[in-house]
Amino acid sequence: MTKRELPALSIVEVQDMLRRREVSPVEVLESLEERINTVDDKIGAYLTRDLTAAVTEAKKTDVALPLGGIPIALKDLINVEGQQCTCGSKILGGYRAPYTANAIEKLRAHGAIPFGRMNMDEFAMGSSTENSSAQLTHNPWDLSRVPGGSSGGSAAAVAADIAFGALGTDTGGSIRQPAALSGVVGFKPSYGRVSRFGLVAFASSLDQIGPLTKTVHDSALLMNAIAGHDSRDSTSLDAPVPDYAKNLGRDLKDIRIRLPKEYMIDGVDSAVKTAVTAAVKQLESLGAEIVEVSLPHTEYAVSVYYILATAEASANLARFDGVRYGHRADNITNLFDHYARTREEGFGAEVKRRIILGTYVLSSGYYDAYYLRAQKVRELIRRDFAHAFEKVDALASPTAPTPAFKLGEKTADPLQMYLADIFTIAANLAGICGISLPCGFADSESGKKLPIGLQLLGKALDEARIFQIAHAYEQSTDWHKARPKTIAEGMKRAGKAGEL
Amino acid sequence: MAGELDVGYVAQLARMHLTADETELFQKQLGDVLHYAEKLNEVNVEGVEPAAHGLPIFNVFREDKAKDWFTPAQALSNAPRQANNLFIVTKVVE
Repeated sequence: MTKRELPALSIVEVQDMLRRREVSPVEVLESLEERINTVDDKIGAYLTRDLTAAVTEAKKTDVALPLGGIPIALKDLINVEGQQCTCGSKILGGYRAPYTANAIEKLRAHGAIPFGRMNMDEFAMGSSTENSSAQLTHNPWDLSRVPGGSSGGSAAAVAADIAFGALGTDTGGSIRQPAALSGVVGFKPSYGRVSRFGLVAFASSLDQIGPLTKTVHDSALLMNAIAGHDSRDSTSLDAPVPDYAKNLGRDLKDIRIRLPKEYMIDGVDSAVKTAVTAAVKQLESLGAEIVEVSLPHTEYAVSVYYILATAEASANLARFDGVRYGHRADNITNLFDHYARTREEGFGAEVKRRIILGTYVLSSGYYDAYYLRAQKVRELIRRDFAHAFEKVDALASPTAPTPAFKLGEKTADPLQMYLADIFTIAANLAGICGISLPCGFADSESGKKLPIGLQLLGKALDEARIFQIAHAYEQSTDWHKARPKTIAEGMKRAGKAGEL
Repeated sequence: MAGELDVGYVAQLARMHLTADETELFQKQLGDVLHYAEKLNEVNVEGVEPAAHGLPIFNVFREDKAKDWFTPAQALSNAPRQANNLFIVTKVVE
């Protein structure tokens, strides 16, 4: 194998090579850096990276550790001491994190090396990464299309083989939806599974950190590293963390799965319907029992989400006031202008829109009609899932209603952009876990292959079972082996078929 | 209800200047979003407890003991303006 092919490997494959001393952690980083330099000007996934600092860490790492010597890219809203953390926003330009997030402390304790800050929608608000104040990120499968969002830089980097794995965050689908549109595996843990300490908050009752990877096995390994209790996050669950890789390879006998009818509605792209229906048949052929279940409040999830998430965001983003960190407007004479001009200059349009909406639904006279009612419907959505999981182990659905859309296609119509998250949002409202993994392709009009994602949702803290089902499906198909043609340039996954 | 949103007024509550163009655009766009959200009025929520979280979350207590945290230098490391170990802000009291 030549060095140039190294970045195409999965984490498990690189680990093998590292442990057999066929390659050193520094060589892994250098080959990754070389590939980023040849590919990322087309993709725009990385905001910044510090090779020197990463090499220093790589020299000290122990390859015997579970993730020893593996570079992991980070969505640019997770604090790592000394690194930038812009959240894709001008308001945090120049900010250097004075402390490190719990998830990163844990990654490092497992031997991984944080390397690279990835592009994202500003403050994780968006479904296309077009709301970044820094740059556009292009979908590696079709450069004229979005990678999804808000963790679009993380997803595109993994898809383009310029990251072995990445961390993103999922508040309403921001890991699963870009994973689907970019053709990678994205996992959203149950609420409270991964500490939010050191994560810049968007909507605190919904946010979770999770991995984006090339394979389900890699995803399970990253979850093994980052899951677990942390006393510095009061919503962190004090529950035992099983080995998420231990169920991989088990068959699906005794597993019950359902495709809820509310997730195959009008407006779902026909190629998406076909691929997801076929995926469910495939799960059945692997031994899973397919049973009926209904989630009657599904159609209200987007409305509930955009009331509750914006309300929480309007409160969380009040901290960006130009006092202790971040941008401060110049030539200010009074306190009101200090706040109002700082925030005008620092925030982009989507963040402003959501702060306005969130402030409105919490304001006197509208709180009961919007915020309180939305919380009650959230309870009904939560009960829908609780009832469903009495009968089934997993719910299967499309991750997103369509494959990747064109850059610019939805930017003028926020409501259409919000509806891109229609199938992912309910899981955050209910606090449950879920995964998106590749399950097929749609053909674009220009002949490009556009990935389709299968979403599997599981009950809270049942991550191990979701990994088991996802892995069984993945290993019975070839979808995860396909590479984007635009940037493949002769690269192959070692020992595998290469692109479709 | 959606018709009652006054973006200019809410922007003041949120301590955020908007340009006239932004105010007009958001008025239309957020009007659409609120109109869509009116679908929630169809749902019978009588007797339903509001959920602040998807999972049961309880108050968490810890011992009231001081722990090491930022030094003043660390806390001030990103300050737009500072002097004498303090953040310098716009005049609050006349």
